Amino acid sequence: MSQEPETTQGIASDEYDRVEPPIGWDGQTLQEMLDESEQLLEDTGRYHGRERLEMKEDEPFQYERMFSRLRGALVNARETALHISASAIVREIGELAFQLYTPEGDCIATSTGIIVHVHTGSLAIKYMIEEGYEHGRTIQPGDIFCNNDNDLGNVHTADVHTLIPIFYDDELIAWADGVTHEVDIGGSTRGHDQLASTTRYEDGLYATCEKIGENDEVYQDWRDRAERGTRTPMFWDLDEKCRVAGAHMIREALTDLVDEVGVERYKEFTREAIEEGRQTLESRVQERLFPGTYRDASFMPVPFKEEGWNPVSQKNMLNHLPVEMEVGGDGGLSLDMTGASPPGPHPYNCAEGSMQGGLWVSLTQCLLHDGKVNDGSYFAVDANFPEGSVVNPQDPSLSYHTAWGSIMPTYQAVWKNISRAFFARGFREEVNTGYSESGDTMSGGGFNEVTDEYFPIAPFDLSCQGMGASASRDGLDYAYTMWNPETDMGDIEEWELIEQGLPFLSRHIKPNTAGHGKYRGGSGWETLRVVDRSYDMSLYKHVRPGVTNSTSGMHGGYPQATNYSVRVHNTDLEEQFEDAEYPISDKVPGDLEEDVDGDVVRTERGIYFPTTFENHDLVYYHMGGGPGYGDPLDRPFDLLKEDLEKEIYTPDVVESVYGVVGDLDEEEREFEIDHDATEERREEIREQRREESQSVRSFIDEERDRLVDRDLSDPARRMYSGVFDRGDDWSDEFREFWDLPENFEINME
Amino acid sequence: MSTDKSQIEKLIDGTLPWPELRDDVLPDPKDPERFETTIEILQERVDWDDRILVPLNDHLYVVAGDDGRTVKAECGHELCSADENWKLECDIRAREEQEETAELYPELMTPDPDWTFQIREYFCPECYSLLDVEAVPAGYPILQKFEPDIDTFYEEWLDQPVPDGQ
Ligand SMILES: [Zn+2]
Repeated sequence: MSQEPETTQGIASDEYDRVEPPIGWDGQTLQEMLDESEQLLEDTGRYHGRERLEMKEDEPFQYERMFSRLRGALVNARETALHISASAIVREIGELAFQLYTPEGDCIATSTGIIVHVHTGSLAIKYMIEEGYEHGRTIQPGDIFCNNDNDLGNVHTADVHTLIPIFYDDELIAWADGVTHEVDIGGSTRGHDQLASTTRYEDGLYATCEKIGENDEVYQDWRDRAERGTRTPMFWDLDEKCRVAGAHMIREALTDLVDEVGVERYKEFTREAIEEGRQTLESRVQERLFPGTYRDASFMPVPFKEEGWNPVSQKNMLNHLPVEMEVGGDGGLSLDMTGASPPGPHPYNCAEGSMQGGLWVSLTQCLLHDGKVNDGSYFAVDANFPEGSVVNPQDPSLSYHTAWGSIMPTYQAVWKNISRAFFARGFREEVNTGYSESGDTMSGGGFNEVTDEYFPIAPFDLSCQGMGASASRDGLDYAYTMWNPETDMGDIEEWELIEQGLPFLSRHIKPNTAGHGKYRGGSGWETLRVVDRSYDMSLYKHVRPGVTNSTSGMHGGYPQATNYSVRVHNTDLEEQFEDAEYPISDKVPGDLEEDVDGDVVRTERGIYFPTTFENHDLVYYHMGGGPGYGDPLDRPFDLLKEDLEKEIYTPDVVESVYGVVGDLDEEEREFEIDHDATEERREEIREQRREESQSVRSFIDEERDRLVDRDLSDPARRMYSGVFDRGDDWSDEFREFWDLPENFEINME
Repeated sequence: MSTDKSQIEKLIDGTLPWPELRDDVLPDPKDPERFETTIEILQERVDWDDRILVPLNDHLYVVAGDDGRTVKAECGHELCSADENWKLECDIRAREEQEETAELYPELMTPDPDWTFQIREYFCPECYSLLDVEAVPAGYPILQKFEPDIDTFYEEWLDQPVPDGQ
């Protein structure tokens, strides 16, 4: 492939003069700027000590206009640049985002898209400052930097950042950061969120805040290394061009703005915009929440005993992700994960910056939907992700490939904590019990029999999961994912264009996925696909959680259903296709076997490791539902009638959970309730509750005996043992709750 | 945008039509009187006279009673004092075996029984309303999920005397 020199926005590469440090504002080095900023925050509790937002008060129109223009430039860069990409993940689903940072690395504004990255780019910039790049590596106009090293500021390996410094009269005035989610990043197996990776050395291509270009051109050696290091070099190349072009558009727009308003006013604006973000969060807390202490816990099952490849990972693990939050009397918000599990031989290790990103993406959706979305909210929350735990390992040797496996369950607990506060305050409409975690439905790739070309499999229709219920209505059906509020299923045809060897046979609602409750969770959906005219096809399924729940419902609502796996090899589909027949569903697990002959592999786990598939093999995956809210017996009959008619639930489940009995006409999809039988069934359910329950006090006695006998599954024992080994306060609280001696331990031999 | 009392009543009942919810209730700025309006409605609806200080869920309140602050169920049952974990005074059913979880979701769509994972249902010991459901591994402590700071809320945030203050 011939490489045209990259000149964007008509800026010829020889226009740049070298700048000598210091490159910060008013003769400061970047390190001095960063130190001063941190000191002022510590001394005053306010960003850069801005007590009063003078510009906002004195010239509000100018101030708001500057923010709108920056925000517009970021959104515009994203909307334009995504057309350069060839990857459906980027182009169709919009898995990219652009951010603008201050010289010392604080986010001023962000585009739409995968906004989880607001704080990850910040950490990468701060790393470069602290490592003295200004003096050693040098930071020059026209430079291009790249980072996807999770430990330094990234969410997971497949997210790649391109950072460019923006200069104005030899001063660094900002950084622009573009991030896209790559469909392949090299690594031990195909796929963008690997399952098999247990250490960094299996993760794939890493750029560690690396200078990858100057004078607006990407170095040839970097381009060659990256293209040779990933399985999809064409996607890589175009995604990189997309990030660079978008960042250059932002530079152009910012330069125009500064030309117009003057650099001093721009600088003051950035300080105030971030402080405003911080103040907005504090005032929102007082306006919407209730002071007090909130606790919840999530769990991440890692069922690798039978599936794991690396011998050290061949065990069933359960990660503990507890979240205690404090809404302070002063409007402060704190979050503490003391008691989190240690890191492990799995791809779910998560750097602190990614956890901060998850916090931020959550707060912008529940508390800050209309505020100035920037690092101000980061400064307003006091978060403790304990060092050495799975949510802040501080160890670059671990695998961070699928950090979402810690982020997504954790924020279920955060959302519940905040929702309890909303409820207490009367804002029932803002309650959200959580969501279905997206996992990765299907990943891998194969070769097209006709063209001999490699195609990746990475459908991002997984961004359409069931949302949790609120305290005033059901959760959204198949239309939500926590990491990108602009979720989109994408057209089937678009996926088939890229994923040539895996056409779809069906897409429809998956019954019985939605969490039960007075308000049910949003429903999930399922799809069947067939391997077609391909060879060397390797796929894995990475849907979480499978063997346990990761979260609960709220206020009497149930957790959503768990996930499972099924696939069929050596099928009779070739013959079926001749008769224009084929299976379309596994609506109730086991249905599929009725419509296809072959070797069915069905497990309780939502995952399977990379597996070879042949033509006419059948691939199945489904998206989960959201958690429910409130006692199911409080759910109105008309909503249940609708649930049955839309196939959100099947009649047997509605009868046993909600006590509603009647006749469902499967053809017309009409349900007629039998009021007498329903009255009787509901009375029976209440009676069952009475008979099958015991006092919590006696339950505690029984469970305590069980703990003393260590009568627990291996993964549960392993979880307690790992947390006890870390020796923090959580273990003491555990012993205290169960009234166990101080030296009580749970060990894994 | 301000909401009126009848809209909040419907919000509590779950009968507010989507256009009203979307246009009047969800957007910012929020109704500044929401807490007071909500408490007023809830207070009218319960059959007892203890003053509601803060709602904990659809069927549970922290109230100011004759014996101080307590956690009281809608049916009138008093569980414990306000600073204690009310769950410890509930009845519980913990589903752990396949046949127990199968009543909730089909096979393969509930926790694998080999993982000793529990779905714990907490009932009011008087009327058997379902007050909370937890999904946790066996041996997990029963968390006190919310400890409201009632004095700070009334005195500092609402700038009002605490209803049960001296
Ligand atoms: Zn009761």
